[in-house]
Amino acid sequence: MLTKPEMSPDGERARDVCNRHGNRPDELIEILHEVQEELGFVPEAVIPVIAKAINLSRAEVHGVVTFYHDFRREPAGRHVVKICRAESCQSMNGEALCSHAKASLKAGFGETTADGQVTLEAVYCLGNCALSPAMMVDGQLHGRVDARRFDEIMGETLSEAAQ
Amino acid sequence: MTRIFVPDDAAALSMGADKVASAIKAEAQKRNIAVEIVRNGSRGMLYLEPLVEVETPRGRVAYGPVAAKDVASLFDAGFLTGGKHALSHGLTEEIDYFKKQERLTFARCGVITPVSIEDYTAHGGYAGLKAALQKSGADIVKDVTDSGLRGRGGAGFPTGIKWKTVHDAKADQKYVCCNADEGDSGTFADRMLMEGDPLTLIEGMTIAGIATGATKGLIYIRSEYPHAIAKMKQAIANAVAARFLGDNIQGSGKSFTLAVRTGAGAYICGEETSMLESLEGKRGMVRPKPPIPALEGLFGKPTVINNVLSFAAVPDILAKGAEFYKNYGMGRSRGTLPFQLAGNLKRGGLVEKAFGITLRQLVEDFGGGTYSGRPARAIQVGGPLGSYVPASQFDLPMDYETFAANGAMVGHGGLVVFDDTVDMARQARFAMEFCAIESCGKCTPCRIGAVRGVEVIDRIIAGIERDKNLIVLDDLCQTMTDGSLCAMGGLTPMPVQSAVKHFPEDFDRPPVAKAAE
Repeated sequence: MLTKPEMSPDGERARDVCNRHGNRPDELIEILHEVQEELGFVPEAVIPVIAKAINLSRAEVHGVVTFYHDFRREPAGRHVVKICRAESCQSMNGEALCSHAKASLKAGFGETTADGQVTLEAVYCLGNCALSPAMMVDGQLHGRVDARRFDEIMGETLSEAAQ
Repeated sequence: MTRIFVPDDAAALSMGADKVASAIKAEAQKRNIAVEIVRNGSRGMLYLEPLVEVETPRGRVAYGPVAAKDVASLFDAGFLTGGKHALSHGLTEEIDYFKKQERLTFARCGVITPVSIEDYTAHGGYAGLKAALQKSGADIVKDVTDSGLRGRGGAGFPTGIKWKTVHDAKADQKYVCCNADEGDSGTFADRMLMEGDPLTLIEGMTIAGIATGATKGLIYIRSEYPHAIAKMKQAIANAVAARFLGDNIQGSGKSFTLAVRTGAGAYICGEETSMLESLEGKRGMVRPKPPIPALEGLFGKPTVINNVLSFAAVPDILAKGAEFYKNYGMGRSRGTLPFQLAGNLKRGGLVEKAFGITLRQLVEDFGGGTYSGRPARAIQVGGPLGSYVPASQFDLPMDYETFAANGAMVGHGGLVVFDDTVDMARQARFAMEFCAIESCGKCTPCRIGAVRGVEVIDRIIAGIERDKNLIVLDDLCQTMTDGSLCAMGGLTPMPVQSAVKHFPEDFDRPPVAKAAE
């Protein structure tokens, strides 16, 4: 027997976000940013909810979610570390910083550490090119980052979390 | 009460400006001294950030780069009255790096409190809009055309001609869209302006709306710029409250509304038609042109699309006249360009100068040479899609036509300096790799060409049939240049071919064994 499936709590929150945006399809990217802000990622289950609310097909919403690098389809670690890999940071030995970060976190780009604490991501330009190499930790920008400063910043980030 | 300026520009924050601000506050309390800490934008001398300034009767005195641990010694040295200290640079406006600039667009940046209408108008803000409100749309467009202003986002298209097309179009709704998707490495001027003087952008867009009959505006800001997004939103709210935005602006009967849209990490959305798709909530797939956005843009309506700095140049043109702006520059490159000195440089930062200055002047006189102290070997000018310029061409004047004649582009004036440790074959490979990662996938030359490009360059680096593969690479670049829908695929060959042309020795090295991997 078919019963109407109950909406998951995630689905309800996604629907509320759509409502706050007037269920407008042109606000889809803002909606997805907000959903990700609330839920930490964009779960597969909310895609049909959003599609229904703003009157698009699931394929269209799926297309947008998968087009943009920002939207995660799985939860991230507690902290997100973004390291710039673009030209300006390359000119200041950014590749060495990338290698150091990968080795010290034991995670590659796009991966989360085994303890779920840190997700490492590559980005292409953080707009801090006069102070390369640059990285961003939980939305906070850092400049002139070498291996030593990376360790300091990560030490502070992880110890703040422990407190 | 002494006023102390500590920037909250993202670059300053990245070097610890918040900690410095709290340290100053705490130290002042400890010493029972009343101070007012103002969070300004950056003066653009990013190598000195955090640059702390103290207001004195002589003018603002600069100290930098200040760390929290320096604060007590600054108080001891009497910095509140401009006292001498190891970090002191004297009066900010007398610092050579700053004094030698020609600041028009960035005149207020770092001087004022970024979102304050009061501060903005006290420093000449909204004089351009007031002048515009006395004129017809056609006259405003004429002023912009006469000024010689060309698009500051990189393409250099005459702004006035674009505006005229939108002005002359008939439609029930027109739009003004600002491209603030500053994704190119080596650029940060848009960010600095949005964080340091956001009202200038708002004023420029408002003038564009009044000139062309557009009543709605959107600013598309990349998500990597959370500080700029916050500042722009606050500045818009303040402008609305002061009736500089909304219905019946300053009692003129004219209306213009403005909102911020956040990007989502796609480089391609800096391409104007891809940005329009994104603003409509869709995948950022490039649209074929024609139709041009000036006729069929956002939601199919006539749309003015300009870069942050193009809009930001307009208030000055209206306030001081087209002639004033036109008197700067050389040839058909009129006005000033905010150059962004980035990469391997001692003194990176923003230098606003009239067109005509040479690369060498920018990199050596302002930039102070490389950070590493080694010789500069190449400068990538105009972002990831710009040419690698060799040292033999460092004396070229920055002028759209001169650069184009030499197989390079001025673009947005972003310079990324590399020292002699750079491997240009690797840089060429990266250009293709980046294109493969960021291509929207709509056209084949870009989507497939970039992937093939990486493979071909890998074979060249590995020493496999080099001569033949260099021919294949050249052919591939030609196909991408001629056949791509937009500048992403169309210009990726620029860095690749300039690397091959100017640095052939890097494509002819003994192959490196990939043992380390």
